[in-house]
Amino acid sequence: MIRLWIPFGVLALWALMTAGGQYLSLTPNLIHLDSILNTPGSGALLGFDDLGRHIDERLIIGARTSFLVSFWVVGLSVLVGTLVGTVTAYLGGWWDRVTVQLVDVFLAFPGILLAIALAGLLGPGIDNIVIALTTVGWVGYARLSRAQVLSLKHREHVQAAEALGSGKWFIIRRHLIPLMAAPLIVEATFGIAAVVIAEAGLSFLGLGVQPPEASWGAMIRDGSRYMLVAPHMVLAPGVAIFAVVLSVNLLGDRLRDRLDTRMVVDTGN
Amino acid sequence: MAAYLFHRLTGALLVIFGVTGIVFLLVHLIPGDPVEIMLGESASVADREVLRAALGLDKPVLTQFYHYLGGLLQLDLGTSIHFRRPVSELLLERLPATGLLAAATLAVSMALAFPLGVIAAIRRNTAWDSAAMGFSMLGVSIPNFWLGPLLILVFSLWLGWFPVSGHDGFVSVVLPAVTLGTGLAAVLSRMVRSSMLEVLGEDYMRTARAKGLAPHRVVLRHGLRNALLPVITLLGLQLGALLAGAVITETVFSWPGVGLLTIESIQTRDYPVLQACVLLISTTYVLVNLLTDIVYAWIDPRIRIGGGQ
Repeated sequence: MIRLWIPFGVLALWALMTAGGQYLSLTPNLIHLDSILNTPGSGALLGFDDLGRHIDERLIIGARTSFLVSFWVVGLSVLVGTLVGTVTAYLGGWWDRVTVQLVDVFLAFPGILLAIALAGLLGPGIDNIVIALTTVGWVGYARLSRAQVLSLKHREHVQAAEALGSGKWFIIRRHLIPLMAAPLIVEATFGIAAVVIAEAGLSFLGLGVQPPEASWGAMIRDGSRYMLVAPHMVLAPGVAIFAVVLSVNLLGDRLRDRLDTRMVVDTGN
Repeated sequence: MAAYLFHRLTGALLVIFGVTGIVFLLVHLIPGDPVEIMLGESASVADREVLRAALGLDKPVLTQFYHYLGGLLQLDLGTSIHFRRPVSELLLERLPATGLLAAATLAVSMALAFPLGVIAAIRRNTAWDSAAMGFSMLGVSIPNFWLGPLLILVFSLWLGWFPVSGHDGFVSVVLPAVTLGTGLAAVLSRMVRSSMLEVLGEDYMRTARAKGLAPHRVVLRHGLRNALLPVITLLGLQLGALLAGAVITETVFSWPGVGLLTIESIQTRDYPVLQACVLLISTTYVLVNLLTDIVYAWIDPRIRIGGGQ
């Protein structure tokens, strides 16, 4: 159990930086011309970047970007995906067939390729990142909840509710979704890790938030040009991403063992 | 087998058609006028209309889609706005580099994953196991746009063993392949481990040991061979992640492949090229998955008889 304190601590710090960053009276965009590329210790905890800005302060503002993007993307994806997957699987027939086909087409785009193309076409900005990643993200939850509903909808308690004359929406809300929560929570936990990497990846490619806004991915991109003279520019944001993603994955693993859900095999077509 | 093949092929064709539709819509429904980008803002209205008509952009979207599909069937992917050359030519130039990177990545990841997974399985719940699975956890969590610069820092800048970037001889593929292969190796080694654990409990393993086979032969000949099937499927599924990851890794290392072309086409707003890149990568992914399924069904009769429902 003691091993879980570290990941919990990392994630708490991440949330704290998001919530408390604005009260710290930071000056992440203030340029110190005499400190350009200075290494850690010389006036700032983590040194200065190529424009002479405090890296530690930009790290805190970047935490906010990655936290908000993961919050919105995972939240919207779970909502849309679960709704689509549950409703169409429960109604069955034509609805279900169309959804399965649509999900198959979306899953045919490897990884974040579609998000990269979409973000590139929509143009930079935090809301466009959320749109691009949600467009790609909802599919997994739709597939997972569909598989769940297919196995749940013939259970006795659902049949009993149908026999008692409960409405379809009521059955979905009260008799199906509560039973699907465990695997969805596990999936969403790993989803956070994926979105943190995806957001940083898009920002690394220059498709994410624009300067002077800060993002961990964009910081790595800026830093990779000065690696020989100022490796701390790449190291600091990288460690931050790595710590958050590792913590989320460790917690997700533990959660999966705890809730004892195995990845449901797709029963589609 | 014929029924199964037919079922899978039609399914794949339908998916590829859907993918083409989405890629087409992606470019055509999104704000931004390609004509304006090609001519610049100072062009006259008359010039714009001439170009618009020449590109067929004045026709209804459905007609354009129909023409696009017709072109695709003849392998005509349009003309690049930026390079003013046929897109298919550009893709052909870039394909070998991405192919080399993908092959090298597969080699690196399998060379890492099989030993790790097998050792973790036969030494279950020991320090070996936790070390191998710890590596796997680290590999999954490290983003390749960070691992890449780190490897450049250590092996190119400090040690000077490999070139910093670009495609220059065989040594230059090592760092990109390791960057891209680590994540894949992490996922694969977990699969090898769990698949091996399942096989280790089988009766034929006990028989093999009982008749006095050397331990390494029991593990490799009787164990690993039977554990391979689920690993092959996962490999097919993971190829998609590999191709998408190549977009980022190729950018990190300026590796002149299809992934870098994708990013360049976004930066130059070269829609036909972007469209073609996304289509090519996705279609490859669909076809590889189809091939994996077919090979799997061919190897394992249980699927081709029970499947294809």
